[in-house]
Amino acid sequence: MIEILISASFWAAVLRIASPLIFATMGELICERAGVLNLGIEGIMVIGAFAGWMAVYLGLPLWGGVAVAFGAGALFGLLHGVLVVPFGLSQHVVGLGVTLLATATAYFAYRLALPQVTSPPKIVPFQVWEVPVLSKIPLLGPALFAQTPLTYAAFACAGLVAFVLYRTPLGLALRAAGENPAALEAQGVSVTGVRIGAVMVGSGLMAVGGSFLTLSAFSSFFFEMVNGRGWICIALVVFGAWRPGKAVLGALLFAGFDALQIRLQQTPMGAVVPYQLFLMLPYVFSILALVVMSRRAQVPAALMVPYTKGER
Amino acid sequence: MRLEPVANPTLLRQLGLPALALGATVLVAMALALLAGADPLAVLGQIVTGAVGSRFALLETLNRATPLIFTGLAVAVAFRARLWNIGAEAQLYAGAIIAVLLGTGALGAPFVLPVSAAVALLAGAMLLLVPVLLKVRLGVDEVVTTLLLNFIMALFVSYLLEGPLKDPMGMGWPKSAALIPEARLPRIIDGLRLHWGFGLALISAGIVWVIQSRTTLGFEMRAVGANIRAARFAGMPVNAVLVKTALLSGGLAALAGWSEVAGAKGHLSLDLSPGFGYTGIIVAMLALLHPLGVVVTALFVAGVFVGADAMSRAAGVPTYIADMLLAVALLFMVLAIALTKVRVVRG
Repeated sequence: MIEILISASFWAAVLRIASPLIFATMGELICERAGVLNLGIEGIMVIGAFAGWMAVYLGLPLWGGVAVAFGAGALFGLLHGVLVVPFGLSQHVVGLGVTLLATATAYFAYRLALPQVTSPPKIVPFQVWEVPVLSKIPLLGPALFAQTPLTYAAFACAGLVAFVLYRTPLGLALRAAGENPAALEAQGVSVTGVRIGAVMVGSGLMAVGGSFLTLSAFSSFFFEMVNGRGWICIALVVFGAWRPGKAVLGALLFAGFDALQIRLQQTPMGAVVPYQLFLMLPYVFSILALVVMSRRAQVPAALMVPYTKGER
Repeated sequence: MRLEPVANPTLLRQLGLPALALGATVLVAMALALLAGADPLAVLGQIVTGAVGSRFALLETLNRATPLIFTGLAVAVAFRARLWNIGAEAQLYAGAIIAVLLGTGALGAPFVLPVSAAVALLAGAMLLLVPVLLKVRLGVDEVVTTLLLNFIMALFVSYLLEGPLKDPMGMGWPKSAALIPEARLPRIIDGLRLHWGFGLALISAGIVWVIQSRTTLGFEMRAVGANIRAARFAGMPVNAVLVKTALLSGGLAALAGWSEVAGAKGHLSLDLSPGFGYTGIIVAMLALLHPLGVVVTALFVAGVFVGADAMSRAAGVPTYIADMLLAVALLFMVLAIALTKVRVVRG
């Protein structure tokens, strides 16, 4: 156990596993801070993983694939936003519908594009980019500064989200849409516009999180590769009390569990305990995290409350 | 543009808009067929014949509808009380595990069928009780906990099938031993490949309908779903109602898995459910959460799946078209229902 925890490869894996979760958690956090629960997250990650990979497979550069993933996610975000914001439909039902639609769309398009493949074709994924000087620090260097560009981007994204949320007028408007939409409307700002915009950008980030799996982690698209990561991100938003910094910590903690269980499977303990038990740990951890944090969570006051202009 | 409430929606509006939603779904189906390079009308025809065009097809559809009626009812019961049970998939497997545990020789005739059904019901109910108690006691959102339990359960089933429940004669495949004949659900009519699970599903729909429309519990469930604060203010035991709803919902979902093992398959394997628990959400929503409507929409959804499978073999359009169409139908339908009560006006 101790040997695992002091190895650089363990900590490098933690950051790698956390990266898609950070993108998607930031996406969900933006939606929820604006007052919209987005259960489309799981499907949007699938469509992001597929669209980003497909774009690169068809010849786009890797960053082009990331952009395509963002666009595809934003499109499904627009669908979710239009149905739940102006029309005020149930955010639970529409979100699950969006997840089913986005997942089915990705699978349908995959089979349409590659009808007869048995093993999915590979692309050349993002390579590890060692930060000059910093990556030479013992232990810390190889753990933190020898990652793929998308991992650095995930942490930069979290910083950017925190900055925009707390230090800019845009972030103030977004938080107001989730806390006191009537006050925002009184300022002459369209609550509908802010919320739909937030859901689109948030969904774009979720899709980028999904694309990390195909563009940085695995280099191919598989069915069921997202495997509940979206739902875990919803738990991470609650765990992080709707704050970007805490949510990143949650993602790191979760990734730590995940990285640890993979390594514990290879120890003598792994020979005795069934591997399924190890694989369960991250999900169990997510539920426990929810239980611990739910009591004092600061839920945005207008989360899941549709806003109608002029109505009290 | 803004929305204006429609005070007294006409019958045309109430029926026309859902019909329009279904029509729009058919249009999407044709567009997808075109995209796949197939003849749209032929594809539609093949889906319909594949679902109901022959005795074999029809029986296939009825068999596929059976677990969907159970999971659809489970979701409808829960959603009516605004209890977001997205964990029907896990509860289904709980029922399936019980069918194997009690049906492979632990019990003999005549007790094995009723006892294992009752225990399966209980197992599903207990599985949903955990997230619901977390919700009412600690305020933990049940959406995420029930969803995550699906993944935990899938791993647990995988463990059972590779460990304690593994069939020693299974040539290494992760599947359970076969149920003894006494533990299998008999066929409704001799010679027709349709087991009593279908009959039980119909009976369950009737029972749920009676509970919802004729009992105090049904009234309380609706009241909690309509306005939880008002229900609490009126002195209703809201938490107790939610717990009872959970027991009913989880139990129904478990019967889906139980009847698949005891009726259709005769053993448990990892591919027992191609997402019946999740599809139950579509079934319930298309039925507007009405228990008798669930039977109709489950048959429709099963028909789309069975028909799309047959069409896919013939026309080469990926079978995932069925999942896309059902998701589209769900979204169109919730929008159509909303638009019966409001209209979009300019200004």
